[in-house]
Amino acid sequence: MPEVRRSIAITIDDTEIDAYEGESILQAARRFGIKIPSMCYLEGLSVWGACRICVVEVAGQHQPRPACATLVVEDMEVRTNTARLQSHRRTILELLFAEGNHVCAVCVSNGNCELQDRAVEAGMDHVRFDYRNPLRPVDATHPKYVFDPNRCIVCTRCVRVCDEIEGAHVWDVASRGHQAHLVTELGQPWGRSSSCTWCGKCVASCPTGALFYQGSAVGESVHAPDLVARLVAARRDHEWFPPVESPTSPNEQNGDDR
Amino acid sequence: MAEALHPSGDDRFAVLDKHLKRTHHAQDQLIETLHVAQEVFGYLSDDILMYVARALLLPPSMVLGVATFYHLFNFEAQGEHACSVCTGTACFVKGADAIVAAVRDGYAVAPGATSEDGFLTLRTARCLGSCGLAPVVVIDGNVAGHQDARSTLELIRAQARIPEEVN
Repeated sequence: MPEVRRSIAITIDDTEIDAYEGESILQAARRFGIKIPSMCYLEGLSVWGACRICVVEVAGQHQPRPACATLVVEDMEVRTNTARLQSHRRTILELLFAEGNHVCAVCVSNGNCELQDRAVEAGMDHVRFDYRNPLRPVDATHPKYVFDPNRCIVCTRCVRVCDEIEGAHVWDVASRGHQAHLVTELGQPWGRSSSCTWCGKCVASCPTGALFYQGSAVGESVHAPDLVARLVAARRDHEWFPPVESPTSPNEQNGDDR
Repeated sequence: MAEALHPSGDDRFAVLDKHLKRTHHAQDQLIETLHVAQEVFGYLSDDILMYVARALLLPPSMVLGVATFYHLFNFEAQGEHACSVCTGTACFVKGADAIVAAVRDGYAVAPGATSEDGFLTLRTARCLGSCGLAPVVVIDGNVAGHQDARSTLELIRAQARIPEEVN
């Protein structure tokens, strides 16, 4: 059923576009093919606004705004790629890299990683901060998946997809500040959580190599972040269409899938 | 003697249940409920967290997430007595570190931990907001200002002499 939505004229990088009322800057930009880098935002999930990679400048406002969490307003003038924003994004990325243990050369997501992609786009070739090198044990207790917190950036996509789409709410963020980390249920190993349905949507949504299929080797892990938007659209419109791409796993190829 | 024992065999759950009933098991009462649970049990064990999660019909990971966000919740058994030493700027300047060291050595307890015999928990606080009383220590909830190492140890000894029933 066609929805009647009020149009709002805004300007993004000198391009005039017709955004919808109640839409975020990021959503409007994406509909018109204007690229704004993002990390924690995932179409189909609630807005979290944690990573601040998608910051944009709005004319008349001193502070940069997160494009994912800022709604469009009539006659808004947005700039998405000023020198200041590029510098902000680079700093954020460097902090993310310094915070965890992101070693692309040995990562299952090498070549299929949103953190890596953003860093390449931003021209981040080194990190100006001291690496924290935290000691974070890997959880490989789940029969089907592995959680490597060393590669986790706490974007909470897995938390939200598990809660909002699957409805299991296995994941959540525990503690705070630089100690914030993901937990399954009461912090027990993932394999011993009783609420996990093995659906794999957290693995599909993960932007980095923090969640992957058991048995994946370097560069083998492929995520399917568009799966969530597809599921949401299918539930809303009752229109299903063949998936464009699904996460490949060694287990699935063996016909071992549940 | 025991009239209506809680089905679990632990009557402390009855106190928690009473609070849950009074708040109609409302999910937005999670933090309140955790406070009551900690008051009753002394700390939040996994079992207690699971009990609260089930009572409020909330996912366990969310309960753990909320509980670990706040510093006031403990996840390990606390000592019979608690000594918090303020290490904020004013207290630090006035020699709070000497107090911490004295308690640490006197009771063989690291800051943030509980002595092995379960007698004393030593904590350090960032700032208690009573800088005019620096250095400040809090012993079993009683604030004492202008302390030094000796007077703090004396306060802990005095506190230990008070029977637990009197609070």
